[in-house]
Amino acid sequence: MIFDPTCIACPNCDVLHKVAPAAVATRAKCAQCGYRLTSGRPEAIARVVGLALTSIILMGVVLFAPFLRLNAGPFGSAASVVDVVLGFATGIMVPLALSVLCFIIVLPVARAALLLYALSPIIAGVGNFPGAPAALRFAFSLKPWAMAEIFMVGVAVALVKLAGMARVEMGAAFWAFALFVLVNAFQDTFMCRNTLWTALSARRR
Amino acid sequence: MDRSVSSPSLTTARRAGLVACRSCGIVSPFGTRACLRCGSRLESRDEASLQRVWAWLLAGLIVYIPANTYPMLRTTQLFQTSESTIVGGVVELVHHHAYAIAAIVFIASVVIPVGKFLVIGYLAVLLRRPHGQDPHKLHTLHTAVEFIGRWSMIDVFVVAILTALVQFDVVASVKPGLAAACFALSVVFTMLSAQAFDPRLIWDRIKEESPR
Repeated sequence: MIFDPTCIACPNCDVLHKVAPAAVATRAKCAQCGYRLTSGRPEAIARVVGLALTSIILMGVVLFAPFLRLNAGPFGSAASVVDVVLGFATGIMVPLALSVLCFIIVLPVARAALLLYALSPIIAGVGNFPGAPAALRFAFSLKPWAMAEIFMVGVAVALVKLAGMARVEMGAAFWAFALFVLVNAFQDTFMCRNTLWTALSARRR
Repeated sequence: MDRSVSSPSLTTARRAGLVACRSCGIVSPFGTRACLRCGSRLESRDEASLQRVWAWLLAGLIVYIPANTYPMLRTTQLFQTSESTIVGGVVELVHHHAYAIAAIVFIASVVIPVGKFLVIGYLAVLLRRPHGQDPHKLHTLHTAVEFIGRWSMIDVFVVAILTALVQFDVVASVKPGLAAACFALSVVFTMLSAQAFDPRLIWDRIKEESPR
């Protein structure tokens, strides 16, 4: 069955909208509830692919560089991001450690990887990979569960709590993670459902 | 509004005999099971939506109780062990004159979760029948709850970082308490509760009339 890509409904209030094929470059909001239907960025695909690739590389740095180092008199301790996660990992806290690992590393990387998988063939000009629609769908639904930016605020709070008792040094991974958060925030400004889905489906058949 | 996007009569997909995809936006004929473009499951209105909202909300409420009564952090300093709950930790920060941080932690782990329980409960009660309220206001409430709910996780991450960094044997060490796990679960359950909402119900049930 053939669908009409110019007829879309607002996901929040179900009102029908007609989007002209030439409307890629216009921003539009739902006439009833104000939901942003299209963000009017035809360059979105290239940007999303580039930023997703950047964030995967940054996460590589985060994993293999020291994150924070604490000095308190004769004592010193360095923690990588993996240490931060394993801090929980005793007894019944293991499930919590695993979910924290998911929230701050696995899901953000999975989201970037899914976006690359679904959208990079469009940039490369080759046919879509199998399961590309499912990959893009998952990438969208992972968004609330990828909590890298919240972790960064948590780091700030922890640093203030520690400021009185010890000196804290930020390692390379700290700055890479901060950059990762910024890149992700920038990428989210291009995550227009209408633009990405239209581009993906335009090439399927 | 631009000419290239038009919606002259504000007809819903449901009234037009269509079913909309909440993932990619295109519409399919009524009764289609999976979206023709992105393959996600289609339902014109999620009839079981409110049931799932209540189930997750109750689960979140139940685990929020031990999250507040059990200790969040167990700090050992020179053979003395002290335990602090969520609220206790905020009080401690205030004593150390770290007001800004105390405010962040208080908002993230008390104000947001409690506000979320109230708002989701309010919406779920209201939407069982025609509500006669301004849908824009309810819509804003729902969007705000969905957007802000995940930020409650801050405190769990703070506990994780402190546990990892402060490990100096007997001089000072920090261990997570049971409340950290309970609180994380509570945040996840209430996020699922907010996501289970079908926001289209807000616009359907303003007045007494059955759509189609």
